[in-house]
Formats: sequence, structure tokens, C-alpha cells
Amino acid sequence: MSDVTGKKTVIRGGRVIDPANGVDAVRDIWVRGGRIVAADTANSPENEEPEIIDATGLVVAPGLIDLHVHLREPGQSAKETIETGARAAAAGGFTSVVCMPNTNPSADSPATILWIKERAKKACVNVFPTGAITKGLAGEELAPIGSMVQAGIVAITDDGHCVQNHELMRRAVEYARMFDLPVFDHCQDYSLVGDGVMHEGYWSTMLGLPGWPAAGEELIVLRNILLAELCGSPIHCQHLSCAGSVRHLRDARARGVKISGEVCPHHLALTDEAVCGFDTNFKMNPPLRAQADIDALMGGIADGTVTVLSSDHAPHMAVEKEVEFDRAPFGILGLETEFGLFHHLLVERQKAIDLPRLIELLTVNPARLLRLDRGTLSVGAPADVTLIDPGLEWTVRPGEFASRSRNTPFGGWQLKGRAVRTVVAGETVWKL
Amino acid sequence: MKPDAPRPIPVTWRRKDLLGIQELSAEEITLLLDTARQFKEVGARDVKKVPALRGRTLVNFFVEPSTRTRTSFELAAMRLSADVVNISASSSSLVKGETLKDTALVLQANNVDIIVIRHGSAGAAQFLAERLDSSIINAGDGAHEHPTQALLDLFTIREKRGKIAGLHVAIVGDILFSRVARSNIWGLLKLGARVTLVGPSTLVPRVFERMGVRVVRRIDEILEEVDVINLLRIQHERQRRAYFPGLGEYVSLFGLTKERAHRLRSDCLIMHPGPINRGVEIDSDVADDPKHSVILDQVTNGLAVRMAALYLCDSHRGDHDAIQTNRRATA
Repeated sequence: MSDVTGKKTVIRGGRVIDPANGVDAVRDIWVRGGRIVAADTANSPENEEPEIIDATGLVVAPGLIDLHVHLREPGQSAKETIETGARAAAAGGFTSVVCMPNTNPSADSPATILWIKERAKKACVNVFPTGAITKGLAGEELAPIGSMVQAGIVAITDDGHCVQNHELMRRAVEYARMFDLPVFDHCQDYSLVGDGVMHEGYWSTMLGLPGWPAAGEELIVLRNILLAELCGSPIHCQHLSCAGSVRHLRDARARGVKISGEVCPHHLALTDEAVCGFDTNFKMNPPLRAQADIDALMGGIADGTVTVLSSDHAPHMAVEKEVEFDRAPFGILGLETEFGLFHHLLVERQKAIDLPRLIELLTVNPARLLRLDRGTLSVGAPADVTLIDPGLEWTVRPGEFASRSRNTPFGGWQLKGRAVRTVVAGETVWKL
Repeated sequence: MKPDAPRPIPVTWRRKDLLGIQELSAEEITLLLDTARQFKEVGARDVKKVPALRGRTLVNFFVEPSTRTRTSFELAAMRLSADVVNISASSSSLVKGETLKDTALVLQANNVDIIVIRHGSAGAAQFLAERLDSSIINAGDGAHEHPTQALLDLFTIREKRGKIAGLHVAIVGDILFSRVARSNIWGLLKLGARVTLVGPSTLVPRVFERMGVRVVRRIDEILEEVDVINLLRIQHERQRRAYFPGLGEYVSLFGLTKERAHRLRSDCLIMHPGPINRGVEIDSDVADDPKHSVILDQVTNGLAVRMAALYLCDSHRGDHDAIQTNRRATA
């Protein structure tokens, strides 16, 4: 690596937590030409002064990766753009995000993927597009998956929708295997869920709102387990919300099925009781569930059943959300509260996992799932780095969000732990 | 104090809106019922109109179709001397894609004092109440609440049986989709009645027990022990969505047939919020049987209860003669 040139930076004196390399120690991280380098190569041959980032008292982690965000472009730029979504990511400590294909038009063709990638060049963090499994997310015909791979997708999913036809889903999984392409699935059985808008239970019964039973998610998780077994190929289940899904995943993984799952912060932070004021910032899909589900999700994160954390960042305009509860769109913002909520809930309060484990779930694990050479501070890796102050107590202020939207239920929440500086390819793109 | 206004009542009503029974205290419910009793006396006079809401404007904003509730509110408002405008979904700008919020703001900009809303979405009345200065009266929001229906049911029970506490009330039928059932459950429980829900497991899930009621599957179990049996309308579309196989089977399992009606206690009240499916949830002759049926009394009492609801919610402004008198008395 002696031919490394370019800008030289040292992140000095922080507690480096790099789970991929089993590192948890105070040391300096050297960056040159946008990549992590060893200290001795950074200093040779010439003796120019490096940029010094003082990380004393902070945690230095690989740049956080969120494999589940909605950046709303093309077509819904009043909610969010790739640029504003990327700034929200940076403000949350994320250096890489994976955007979902339920845009307008949906990301189901190489032309749209190339358009997104072109827009992403101006974004301050890495933006990796997914492609649709089916044309128009309609669940009827396969999208041109191979052409989208050539255009640069990192996974396929019909997120926001769910392929109901099991044979079609099977063929998608088999077809994707030839590209070693991850398949993600939003798990929702349409006939069971119907017009459900909140978790089916006491609160939906009391409020008279149509219920979304947990079994509607579990059924598709089980379907995916069976298809992963049948095809011998991996399937990743997005935003798991209920105890049954964790149990099915745990059982299947124990017998070697290539199935994985992710969990979002709101499903750990809130129960369905929050809906009792009909505030649509508590409406998301899948819905907020019961305390037993929260406990099970925490348990699944603690015992390694759940290997990835994500936000399901879903911006919506105030005018779209300020309507009758059953008519409001599903989804809330995530990127700018994600790390704080996970750290506060999982590490500080519940002590379900420690900080190195949390970082693993937000860096190397999603990177491996996506086959990205990121999520580590190994020499030679892209210099994506997040500086974290795990002791910082802060208040969520939606008015100060970088996102174009404001639809969060967490305004005013006091959290402990926050990213304070975000470095992408050696350049600081955001700091507190 | 104007001569025709109701006498002052020693509990103050502080709410701008009537959104549901769940949020009310037993004292507030009793105040509504007591006020309604005074208005019912007014309804028996030759001159049925009082000037309590003279100069006030009320909009009946019915996004979901309704004839009986809308008419009842309209008559109630007229008897209180308010000016009334009716807006239905088809005549509002909602059909042009205007949001509920904008429609409401337009109403408010016209200085409407009271909005009575019927809407298919649970929470719609609360949505308006949080955003407008006008008083909002919920005339049914999705499957959530229908407070004036519950109040008129409570009023009728109290009128006929002299009390509510200690009575055993059965509610039969499609509880899951019924705002009438939910409002009745809250009101009955708050006033000390026992409540048993009867119906198929698809339409009366056990989760209702967590509200503090009993759930039974066989109507024959409760016929001899209840003081009131309230039969809810069975909607044909539930059958299409597989909640039960057919109306014939429903009648055989849950219908209040003549044979079953014979087993009711002699003083048992038969109630129905209407409109009735004669021969489905209730036999036609049973519905008309003056010994038990109070179905038309419910309609009459609905008017008095709605007058009370409009009067009290309007009084939160504090410029009513009666209320002011009362405030001075307690100050």
C-alpha cells in the first residue's frame, strides 16, 4: 500500500470498536486517499501534516449502515430527496444507506436504478439502491433483475408490498441466487391483514380500528423459511415486529436455514397503546405491537436471532399524515433517532446487548448481508467512520431534523448516546 | 334566567366536545341524563322550543349516511332554537378531494358553533376537536364510539327501570364492528351495571372481556337472567367476509325469536338501536311487543339526550344564563 496518496487524516485517541476485527481498544485510525491505512504507510513517504480529528472520550466505529430506508426519489420529492435523506443519514451517524424501490415510478428497471445512482453521486453518504422483485411491485411478473444487477442494485425487495404468490417468490429467490443477490421481504399476508391499520389486540378492539394480526407477518416469515429451505438460498425478513416471527426465525436458524431478520427502533420503543390518541405518527407497517412482542424482539437481538438493525425511515408530508387515522399513510422517520433509540433502549436501559454488539448489528452484519466491503475499519476498507458519544444525553427535536419531513413520534424524547461526527471516505460530512 | 331554560344543575360541565363515553365520569354521564330528563319535559309541552341556543349555528356534518341520527340531531338543535345546516359527504368538498381538516377549517371560518360529525373513520371526531374551537359532537366514528346512542339507551333504561346500577344488560350481535356496543359498554359499566356480550366468536372476540364484560356464546344461557337485552343490527356484508355462514344460521343461534322472547323475565326491556332487520336479530312481533320492547321510546329519548348534549357542550363557553347562575352560586 506504499502507493497510497491523497489527503491524510488521523482520528486520534478514541476507543476503537471494530467488531469485524474483534477490536475494542484505544488507538488511532489513519486515513489516506479515502481509505483506512496502517499508521506507518500513512506517514511515508513525505512528512505532510495530517488532519487531526480528536476522538478522545469518544467511540470510533465503522460507519453505520442502514439497509432499510425510503428516500422517496424518484417521484415523491416533497417527502424526501436522496440528498435530504442522505443528510438525515449523516446526522444520524450513518455513512451508507440502502433505499427501497417503492418510488414513483417504482425502481423496477435499470433506467430508474441508473437515475437513482446518478442522483446519489451528489449525496453526502453512500446510497445503495435496491430493485423491485416484481414489475411495479404488483406481485405478478418478475422485474428485470439481471439488468438491474448490472445497473448496480445491492438487493431486491417489494418493500411496502409483499409478493403473495409463493411460486413467484420461489422463482425470484432462485433467480437472484445466480447473481449472489440478497432477497429482502416485507412480510405481510394480504388476506389475513386485510385493511388492518394497527396491531390486532385489546387496543384495536377498544378503538374500533381494523386490526393487523401478528399472524399476518408470521405466515410470510414461515413461507420465507420454507422457500429458503426449498431453494437453499438466503432470504432476509425486513422490519420484524412480533414474538412469533422471532421464534420462527430462531428455530429455522438453529437447523441451518439461510434466513435472517431485522428490527426497527419503534418496534422496541412503543406498544400499540400509543395509538389511543389516534395520532398518525404512531401508524406504521408493520404496526406497533404488544409488550410481549417488544420483549421477544429484545430477546432475539440479545441471543443473535436478529442480526441486523434498521430504521425503515419513511418520510411523509405533514398534510399526508394529518388526516383520519385509517386514511393516513404508514411510516415514520427513522435515521436521525435510530442510533439514539437503539443505544438508549438496548444498551442503556434494557442491557440486552453491549455497545460493541450494537455496533456489529449496525455495521459489519448488514455489510456482510449486502456483500459490501464496508462496515469495518480494516486496512484497505473505505474510510467510513462514525464517532459516537455513548454518554451524551440529548433531546429529540424534530424541528432541527435534516430530513425534509417531520413525521416522528419521538419529538421531545430524551435519549442517551448519539453519533457526533460522520466521516465518509475520509471526509467529515456531518458533525454535531 | 330565561323562563324556558332548564334549571341549573349542581355539577358543571367543562367539556367543549362530546367525543365518547369512555372519557366521561359517572357524574358527567348522570349530568347528561338529568339534563336530558328536563329537556324531555320540554318536549311534552305544547310549545316545544326553548331559546337556549338561540343565535348559535350548528352543522350536521354527516360523512357517512344516516337518517335517524341526523334527523334527531336536527330536531334537537331546532328545539333549542339553533340555526342548522346539514352537510352530507356527497354535498361536501370531501368528494373533490378536500381533506377533513380543510373542510373543518372552512366550517369554522363560517363561525359555526357546534359541529355534529358522523364519519366512517374511528377518531374522526377527536381529530376535529383537537383542531377547532367549535364544539364537536360525535354522532358515530367508525367502530369506535357513538356516545349519544349510548346515552339514550342509558336514559331509557333508567327511565323504565328507575336505575342502572346492579342491572344485568346483554348486548347481542355484531359487537366487533359496533360503535353502539362500545359506547354502551363504557356507559353501563361506569354506572354500575353488569354487561354480557352475546354473539358468534368471530364478531364477539374474547378480547372484549378485558373491557370488564362477560362474553357468552349461547343466547339461551342469559335469557332468564337479564334485565335488558340490546340487539344490534346484523350487517349482511359481514357474511361476505366470512364472519358467519348465513343469516338463517345466525337467527337459529342468536336471533331473539318468539320462543326465546317467552323466556325473558316479565320486566326485561328489549332494545335495538335501529334500523331493525325484522326476522334476523329480532322477530318482527317481538320487536313490536309493548310488554318488552322500548325501541320507539329510545327514539323519543334520543331527541332529549341530544338536546342535553348540545346544550351542555355549548355551555362550556360560560355565557349561558343557567351555567352562569350556577357558577355564581358555587363561587
